[in-house]
Amino acid sequence: MLGRFPALAGADLEVGESEIVLVQGPNGAGKSTLLRVCAGLLRIESGRAEVLGHDLVTDRAAVRRSVGLLGHDTALYDDLTVEENLRFWARASRIDDEAVPAALDRLGVADRLRDVAVRNLSAGQRRRTALAAVVVRRPRLWLLDEPHSGLDQGGRDLIDQVILDAASAGATVMLASHELDRTLDLATRHLTVAGGTITSDERGSREPGGHDAA
Amino acid sequence: MLRDAWLVAAKDLQIEWRSRVTFSQVVPFAGLVLVLFGFALDANRPVLLQATSGLFWVTIMFVSTLAVQRSTSIETTDGARRALLLAGVEPPAVFVGKSIAVAVQLFAVEIVLLAGVVVLYSADVEAWGLVFATCLVATVGIAAAGTLLGALVAGVRARETVLPILLLPVLAPVLIGATRAFDDALGSVAVDGWSWLGLLAGFGVINVVLGALSYGVLLEET
Repeated sequence: MLGRFPALAGADLEVGESEIVLVQGPNGAGKSTLLRVCAGLLRIESGRAEVLGHDLVTDRAAVRRSVGLLGHDTALYDDLTVEENLRFWARASRIDDEAVPAALDRLGVADRLRDVAVRNLSAGQRRRTALAAVVVRRPRLWLLDEPHSGLDQGGRDLIDQVILDAASAGATVMLASHELDRTLDLATRHLTVAGGTITSDERGSREPGGHDAA
Repeated sequence: MLRDAWLVAAKDLQIEWRSRVTFSQVVPFAGLVLVLFGFALDANRPVLLQATSGLFWVTIMFVSTLAVQRSTSIETTDGARRALLLAGVEPPAVFVGKSIAVAVQLFAVEIVLLAGVVVLYSADVEAWGLVFATCLVATVGIAAAGTLLGALVAGVRARETVLPILLLPVLAPVLIGATRAFDDALGSVAVDGWSWLGLLAGFGVINVVLGALSYGVLLEET
């Protein structure tokens, strides 16, 4: 709810494994809200929903543990280094922090940056680090809110590849984006959200699993 | 839960170690307050000595608002609070961990301030055991109440000003109890300091239990 008004209403949605779902719509349409509901961060006031087999009303803790969310905030601590941040989040998530260097490699975070305090990173480097934290979690559901924002061309290409690899490995990806030129080709499905409701739900050019539709 | 609490406490202390906010800003602030109180009351030395306990703990109350604000902002600045929920860290563990980190910082400031009181005010400590026990027990209560209220105001836009308004009245029992216990330890007033320590312990237990039970709701809703 936003004040007395529902932030999201009429969202009727079923998403399968290996799907890459693009959530598009104007500012304030409810895209970020939809992702945060799927992450178990916002309570649903009515209706029912399951994420990865967990009830979103009664078992939000289990939902949260199974998803990886990259929001507008990067959830990084400014005074810790890149590597310390990732190791903290890995340990907090009860994941082996040995996966951290590989995740940083995957996101192209250079060796020289790993011991740099996050406050000294550029916006793009910060974004890559935050996505590396999601990669470390190896979630079954990736929720990415404007993942390309602040990144250079190389970073954008890299993130596209990370998304495709995750979907190929069987994860479901939902991404909210205004960068339709880039994400329309990436997605297996396009949702349009307007005024807090899903107004259209169409198949994309790519098939789930990574093959382009004929 | 203890593992997560320690993880959060170690992270907050590591951040403090890197940023040096407590030692570069909070300790000098506390020292300045002591010096200013000294200037204001130095003309009447007996009054200064009689007021030493109260001045010490009033200074700690001010310092605690800074420490709690800093502790809260660590989690709110870039959305780390939500990430803690997503990571599956139990809210009581976050509460305990953050309280421990605040308590460690406050205790360090108290030690420095104690030295300042002895040097600047020429305070004569008669019972060091009571002094340290008071610092320890009072600090637990302050840190727990502060961490709880920090989470309560985390979503408020004007939290920097709202926090002291809420926190200082809540800490009034600590101010009274710790001042009385210190009065006994410094020999400035004839009271039983150990019985006041009981009040501080009660305050601490109530706030630790309250925090552990309600921190999850605050983390979710603010």
